[in-house]
Amino acid sequence: MFGCGIYGFITRKNMIAILISLELMLNAVDINFAVFNRFLFPGQMEGMFFSLFAIGLAAAETALAIAIVINVYRAARNVDIRQLTKMKF
Amino acid sequence: MELSYTVAVLIIPVFMFLFLGIVGVKLSKKTAGILGTLAMGVTTVIAYAAAITYFFGTDQGQVVDGVRQQLTVLDLTWLEFTKNLVIKIGVLLDPISAMMLIVISTVSFMVHLYSLGYMDGERGFQRYYAFLSLFTFSMLGLVLATNIFQMYIFWELVGVSSYLLIGFYYTLPAAVSASKKAFIVTRFADLGFLVGILILSFYTDTFDFMSLTSDPQAAISTAGGATFLGCSVMTWALTLIFMGGAGKSAMFPLHIWLPDAMEGPTPVSALIHAATMVVAGVYLVARLFPLYAVDVTALEIITVVGAFTALYAAAVACVQSDIKRVLAFSTISQIAFMITALGVATPELHEGVGYMASMFHLFTHAMFKALLFLCAGAIIHAVHSNEMSAMGGLRKYMPICHIAFLIGCLAIAGIPPFAGFFSKDEILVAAYAKSPIWGVWLSVVAGMTAFYMFRLYYKIFWWNNPDYGHHTPHEAPMTMTFPLIFLGLVSIVAGFIPFGEFVSVGRADYSGFHIHVDPKVAISSVVIAVIGIVLATVMYRKENDIPERLANRFRGLWTAAYHRFYIDEIYQFITHKIIFARISKPIAWFDRRIIDGTMDLLANVTNSASFAVRRMQSGSIQTYVWFYLVGAVAVAVITILCLI
Repeated sequence: MFGCGIYGFITRKNMIAILISLELMLNAVDINFAVFNRFLFPGQMEGMFFSLFAIGLAAAETALAIAIVINVYRAARNVDIRQLTKMKF
Repeated sequence: MELSYTVAVLIIPVFMFLFLGIVGVKLSKKTAGILGTLAMGVTTVIAYAAAITYFFGTDQGQVVDGVRQQLTVLDLTWLEFTKNLVIKIGVLLDPISAMMLIVISTVSFMVHLYSLGYMDGERGFQRYYAFLSLFTFSMLGLVLATNIFQMYIFWELVGVSSYLLIGFYYTLPAAVSASKKAFIVTRFADLGFLVGILILSFYTDTFDFMSLTSDPQAAISTAGGATFLGCSVMTWALTLIFMGGAGKSAMFPLHIWLPDAMEGPTPVSALIHAATMVVAGVYLVARLFPLYAVDVTALEIITVVGAFTALYAAAVACVQSDIKRVLAFSTISQIAFMITALGVATPELHEGVGYMASMFHLFTHAMFKALLFLCAGAIIHAVHSNEMSAMGGLRKYMPICHIAFLIGCLAIAGIPPFAGFFSKDEILVAAYAKSPIWGVWLSVVAGMTAFYMFRLYYKIFWWNNPDYGHHTPHEAPMTMTFPLIFLGLVSIVAGFIPFGEFVSVGRADYSGFHIHVDPKVAISSVVIAVIGIVLATVMYRKENDIPERLANRFRGLWTAAYHRFYIDEIYQFITHKIIFARISKPIAWFDRRIIDGTMDLLANVTNSASFAVRRMQSGSIQTYVWFYLVGAVAVAVITILCLI
């Protein structure tokens, strides 16, 4: 799942798709946290809570990113990452 | 102090320079010229007042034990680096500087007046007057300097104003190259001057003329017998300082700039290149004369250089065809006379008569040479050419100019009672007293002087009558003839000034001798001058072919002299073929290829390297992530491999 996220992040042109890939990676990490906590330290709950914390953070981060994407779309009428070269020197 | 108003002779011209230089273009030409002339007139009056007060004033300890003291009437500290290295600016009055005040202000005022007529209607008339003021300021500053460093500053300033005035007609390539030549040659000589100043002040711990000359023996001995290449450092210092003087005074072999400097306007030639600036070298040696007097080697160098230059320049002057060139070489020859007179002056010998004679000749020469140049200017103004072939028979058209020129010629030839006779006679006396060889040598040159001056005179005013066509030459306007008449009168009477009473080094063993005409020397010099004149009369009075035949007989000598014995060509050869081709070219190549090349290479490598890595900084996050991923995987793989 993490690999899928990386692949998507590198290859997608659409900013929304890139954002989804990013979420995929985050979720992969969350799952890893939960799973490894369960297997390695069965009596403890830190990994679980960390996952919950990361999910909350991811929600906020996604909201921010979506806002940026929308603003970019308003400015450029486009969300293609390869054509957004206006700010490039 | 009472005489402190002397500083006004510096302030007025420098103010006029700034005023005419800045707002001159707003004024009409006439206003600018009259303003400049009036200011110069005021300066002249002040200079005369100062000189007369100095020479005839009796109060304030001006005269102690029958010796006129050197007075520092103004003394300001300008720069203070260390306790010893203090540079001052001041005004020094002593017999020679007071005498120079009179010479410079008189000639400068006459030239200002004359230029009103001569430069009438020229482009840049205001600029011309501004430069004249600048020159007057710097020359007066030079002679009034209290220390050698101040003198050096003004020395360079006269060089600059000379450069500006030679190149006044800056649209003519000849004038431009002549001004560059004058500047470069004198600058080169000034290099020696500067080194000499540094050596001298390093060993004596002072720039001040008065402390340098008050006890020359002590000043010389402070060097403590330090030597360089077999000569004592003091000899080196004095010789190098003389080199600066030789550059300004156009001594052989640094004389090459002066004939070319004649490209400037003729009044400028009269002021700068005949009467004042070119005698700065003589003045410099005279100023430091007590030091030179105890250094026999330096004096000998001065004598030899002076005597050789006198003969060389006289020989060249005999065959030139441009009247200003003849006068230029005659100036070189006469200044060489003064230099030689200083060289043969020693305190033991005839009471240092050479020193007085040199200053005397400087004074009279300034007057009659300025007169001759101003006459030449009037002639050039009338016939619009510098070449003798365009002149002839002018005595009918320009009677005032004719008489004035004749007076000048008689004065320079040394016919009594004209001014040049007395001063030249004193020089000859000094030379004979030193050694008969120098005496005979200078007598021969004096004869040649008479010959070439009268050749010039006859060629201009007699000879044949070329066809002037519809444009007949006419007498110059009043503003131009008045200076001629005035300077002519001065040239007649200046010889009767009891010069020995006035000019001394300010020390007991130099002063207080009277001018005594030595009958043997006087008669022989007059006879020689008359022979020269008679020879010139026979050859040039009426148009004939004697000069042509003589020139053909001595074709080689004549051509060599006409080309100034190829000194310019030798310089050309040395500078272009040897210095430029053999030294400068390789250095330029090394600079362009090796030094610049290394730097260029570094820059180019950096440039291309950054071009090569430019693609990495694309700004595309995805590419970065790709790199990061590959790198992270690579690190992980390597770590794992290491751990296994």
